[in-house]
Amino acid sequence: MSLKRKDLLGLAPLSVDEITLILETADSFKEVTGREIKKVPALRGRTVVNLFFEPSTRTRTSFELAAKRLSADVINFSPSSSSVVKGETLLDTARNIEAMQADIIVLRHPSAGAAEALARGVKSSVINAGDGWHEHPTQALLDLYTIRERGLSFDGLKVAIVGDVAHSRVARSNIHALSKLGAEVRLAGPPTMMPWGVEKLGARVYRDLDEALRGVQVIMMLRLQLERQGRALFPTIREYARLYGLTAERVRLADSRAIVMHPGPINRGVEIAPEVADSLSSVILDQVANGVAVRMGILYLMSGAS
Amino acid sequence: MAILISGGQIIDPGRFNGIADLLIDQGRIASIGADVKAPTGVMKIAAEGRLVVPGFVDLHVHFREPGYEYKETIRSGAASAVAGGFTTVCCMPNTNPVNDNQAITEFMLERARAAGLANVLPIGAITKGSEGKELAEIGDLRRAGCVAISDDGKPVMSSLVMRRAMEYALAFDVPVVDHCEDLHLAEGGCMNEGLVSTELGLPGIPSAAEDVMVARNVALAELTGARLHLAHISTEGSVRMVREAKSRGIHVTAEACPHHFTITEEAVRGYDTCAKMNPPLRTWKDVQAIKDGLRDGTIDVIATDHAPHATQEKQQGFTEAPFGIVGLETALSLTLALVDEGVLSLEAAIGKLSTGPAHAFGLNKGTLAVGSDADVTIIDPHEQWKVDPTKFRSKSRNTPFAGWKVKGRVHTTIVGGRVVFDAAVGEQ
Repeated sequence: MSLKRKDLLGLAPLSVDEITLILETADSFKEVTGREIKKVPALRGRTVVNLFFEPSTRTRTSFELAAKRLSADVINFSPSSSSVVKGETLLDTARNIEAMQADIIVLRHPSAGAAEALARGVKSSVINAGDGWHEHPTQALLDLYTIRERGLSFDGLKVAIVGDVAHSRVARSNIHALSKLGAEVRLAGPPTMMPWGVEKLGARVYRDLDEALRGVQVIMMLRLQLERQGRALFPTIREYARLYGLTAERVRLADSRAIVMHPGPINRGVEIAPEVADSLSSVILDQVANGVAVRMGILYLMSGAS
Repeated sequence: MAILISGGQIIDPGRFNGIADLLIDQGRIASIGADVKAPTGVMKIAAEGRLVVPGFVDLHVHFREPGYEYKETIRSGAASAVAGGFTTVCCMPNTNPVNDNQAITEFMLERARAAGLANVLPIGAITKGSEGKELAEIGDLRRAGCVAISDDGKPVMSSLVMRRAMEYALAFDVPVVDHCEDLHLAEGGCMNEGLVSTELGLPGIPSAAEDVMVARNVALAELTGARLHLAHISTEGSVRMVREAKSRGIHVTAEACPHHFTITEEAVRGYDTCAKMNPPLRTWKDVQAIKDGLRDGTIDVIATDHAPHATQEKQQGFTEAPFGIVGLETALSLTLALVDEGVLSLEAAIGKLSTGPAHAFGLNKGTLAVGSDADVTIIDPHEQWKVDPTKFRSKSRNTPFAGWKVKGRVHTTIVGGRVVFDAAVGEQ
């Protein structure tokens, strides 16, 4: 089985079957990552290019590991070390990479729509590793995988996504996917950080975090970009932490077996209290571990290998 | 040379509408009637089945010269204008350097004369360098030939400076044109703020960014008595406020652009940078309001905001690409679509492109009255064609209407009694 699409640009266009296929494919690679020799020859002779226009350690490393464990050749391109600083456009850079026979381009870009534009311009498969505030599909897929791994079923699952939804590609991808899968998605955060009409994407907005957390099985915290403080979005980090920070007391409002997620990197003591991040309900490191398996599954499906 | 245009439907909005002949002599409209006596050696243009209308007047174009000649020059812009039936265009001052002094105005007029295609009338800056701080030498600009003042694209944010500009402009009876946008509210935005921007993850520009400035400008026009002209209004709120201001007798005119009454923010899906302009494409509700405004006369003028950009600039990401689209060569067809839709009568539609803009700026143009300048456009209102940007006379190709099948085509454009464009042979 393979995905019947050249690119993975977001979760909005994916069907439930496609999402399920990716998660099931990841299962078999999860097994590989647990072996002593963590390598399979599935993508031998294929080339994966990580094209990252934004600083990223976690996602880039995760893709790199995933590709290497599939025996693909991996090249990392980042703007500071390439011709981008010389004024080359994204498309020209990508066409050059393609001319070197890259099979898959993994793109991280600060501008929403960059992956879609790239996908239109090159024959290689494009995987969106985050474009502006738009989507971060592989992050959401690894989130889904982690939820599913905990034995939770999506249908009727109550999930609270907390924080700066407006500027979060992780939130958008998760809202699309979770609502498609039948989950009840609740959003909480300062109204200044709620994008216009987000309810129409299938989520419910709560004014009060405690209210949003009541009875949920999954708490998904978003990273607060501290530099936004000067932008009149919230008065102080202190007040943000008080109103929207996840404390141990707040976790108790959720279902007793609720899990706490965070795409990282975390701001301890801001959006998440240290004791919550380090608690048994936290699956933050499982997310990181699953990231590799899920990305192996995606690379495998995108490559059309069998 | 005299020109006799025979057998066409002559529409001189508000003055004449019927089948007749039109004679041009010595650069002026000589006569209109059933059997016009043509002098010998007259050039004859058969116009049966076609419309003969005043050359269109566009109050809002960007011709990029001096400074950005790779996007458009005054010559290429004028060629684009006459191909679209426009015989008079008003050039915004956001060139480099900014048209904030008489030397630049004179340079532009000289370039226009050399091109010899259309009447190119500069709009001077309101403030020096369009920086919104000190008034430009508006008296000098007016004397040098500027027909209006505007800091288009860099709206005057200080209400005090705007008030002073409006007061000062009274001395020269010059219209003050504002691109209504609160730059703080719009900061970082690249499309309309709404469901589509939420889905696409693009920073939005709320309607309120336009509305608050329309409200401010109307209040200042009331305070000062200035002639206020609002560029490219795009929101339901703007239309409502202009309607109300007019009903109270405030001297305000308004223009709308074809893209704002034809397409919506939905066109941004797929991150098409040719759907990126400022003000941004709005919602169906706004489109409907613009049409209502055109119908009831709240909006006096259809203007293009012709904003050429080079292909490589529009090939950037959606957030980085510059705002703006070209419009001169598609405006007529998109306007005539309003006639088919029943929004405007044919005469009213022609009026929004000719008499309306001429009145708004007090230009002696946009009419076929005997004795006036012979600026005439001949149109086949039924001819269908496909928008092919590679065929544009403009240097730039940035249009969201590429591939559209549209109706209504310019056949001949005459400026000052001289044929400057003929669809069969191009501009001359």
